Amino acid sequence: MPSPRYWREVPSRLRLEAARCSSCGKVNYPPRPICPGCRGEKSEPTTLSKTAKIITSTVIHIAPDDFLFEAPYAIAIVETPEGARFMSQVVDCDPSSIGPGTDVSLEFRLIRKEARSGILCYGFKAVPTASWEG
Amino acid sequence: MREVAIVAAGMTPFGELWDMSLRRLFAEAALEVVKKAGVDHLDSIYVGNMSGGCFVGQEHLGPLMADQIGMAGVPSTRVESACASGGIALRTAFFEVASGASDLVLASGVEKMNDGADATNVLATAADQELEVYHGITFPGLYAMIARAHMAAHGTTEEDMSWVSVKNHRHGALNPKAQFPLEFTLEQVMNSTPVAEPLRLLHCSPVSDGAAAVLLCPLDQAKKYTDQPIKILGTGQATSAMALADRKDPTFLDSVQLSAERAYTMAGVRPGDIDVAEVHDCFAIAEICCIEALGLIEKGQAAGAAAAGLTALGGRIPVNTSGGLKSKGHPVGATGIAQAIEIFEQLRGEAGKRQVQGARLGLAQNMGGSGASSVVHILERT
Repeated sequence: MPSPRYWREVPSRLRLEAARCSSCGKVNYPPRPICPGCRGEKSEPTTLSKTAKIITSTVIHIAPDDFLFEAPYAIAIVETPEGARFMSQVVDCDPSSIGPGTDVSLEFRLIRKEARSGILCYGFKAVPTASWEG
Repeated sequence: MREVAIVAAGMTPFGELWDMSLRRLFAEAALEVVKKAGVDHLDSIYVGNMSGGCFVGQEHLGPLMADQIGMAGVPSTRVESACASGGIALRTAFFEVASGASDLVLASGVEKMNDGADATNVLATAADQELEVYHGITFPGLYAMIARAHMAAHGTTEEDMSWVSVKNHRHGALNPKAQFPLEFTLEQVMNSTPVAEPLRLLHCSPVSDGAAAVLLCPLDQAKKYTDQPIKILGTGQATSAMALADRKDPTFLDSVQLSAERAYTMAGVRPGDIDVAEVHDCFAIAEICCIEALGLIEKGQAAGAAAAGLTALGGRIPVNTSGGLKSKGHPVGATGIAQAIEIFEQLRGEAGKRQVQGARLGLAQNMGGSGASSVVHILERT
């Protein structure tokens, strides 16, 4: 990954910076020039909580090259109390023990290593705070 | 707008075609069409292709393909919309003929996926690179998330999904062009290798090479090229949020519903009027979501439709008589055209052992990404 491409995403990916639409109140993560919900152009910066709930999830067995040695791993769409939804790996657990409804905390972790450029790419991963009943 | 017909179709077998290059695949399908219709020229060419660049390092497919069939000079345009590239190439060709700008337009699709590229990585380019792929998601993974949400919200089971694969392989076993023309038992599907839980290998469409092409012309000129033109009665296209996380309900493919509504409205028909349908079963859960969003099966009944035989040959609304993407194969750029060809053959009574008796109206639905694009065509026997 070329470093400018990584650097551009630092505020949202490494600091969980989001934007609350001034018109409809929707929290957009990462921030966009226009709210996809109401097309409002004004927003207030906000930072996401580091807690979330799993909306849906899977366990990847056949992984892309960069994650080959991590398989099988759990990955989920999580929702923070602010209503922001995004993709996150779920770690420090048995991958089959998490699913829709699992509460997680968001922790700063290494996400991937780029082989060619040598950049270490960071972000947030989810860690379950309770196990899945599903 | 002028009324538009499909007058000829051509298609390679789908599969791991080691002796066929990207250009050769296209040429075989396109030349079959040109010869069947007996035309000595084309006014325009559309080439549906997801990723010639990533799969074989080849872009600029418009002129390359025109040149390969001796048509250098003809306007030729590559259309990309991930796995919906073929369907949207057909739609684009439709409008060029309907507008009156051109009379003879070739709508085609081609993909060469088995030439050494890492198909998992290339297919993932149809997802959101910054928000999804960055974190290690794959395409089966996205549909697995849809499946798990569907199971949690609607009680859908792994067995429901497995019946979709069993049914489509039964159909595909009757299709000489299918990549995997063989049947599987429910047990075989449910015990196949896990890919992305809850999806297993036999819930997933394969990596395929292939090409497909059709010739469009104004309906009032169609009899020059065939005794049995098939009319394109309606077309509809829609988009949705690119990232699955940005959709209100991950179990509902809103782009499929929206594209279908537009096609039904244009055609002046209702879902209940459709006699045969090809839908985008890239993964078994996708067929379940699509038949519901298309209105082919009542809300709440889609998950059990394959097990109940509703969507099988001989059932109330046969779905994916070709074997679908699952059994026939899924050379992504070609798929949308191949779906239209199955409907074309069904409506002409040429589908052999897969024939739906008396089929008059057919529907083809082609999807890109995790449902960020959908395109629907409704075809009618004339």
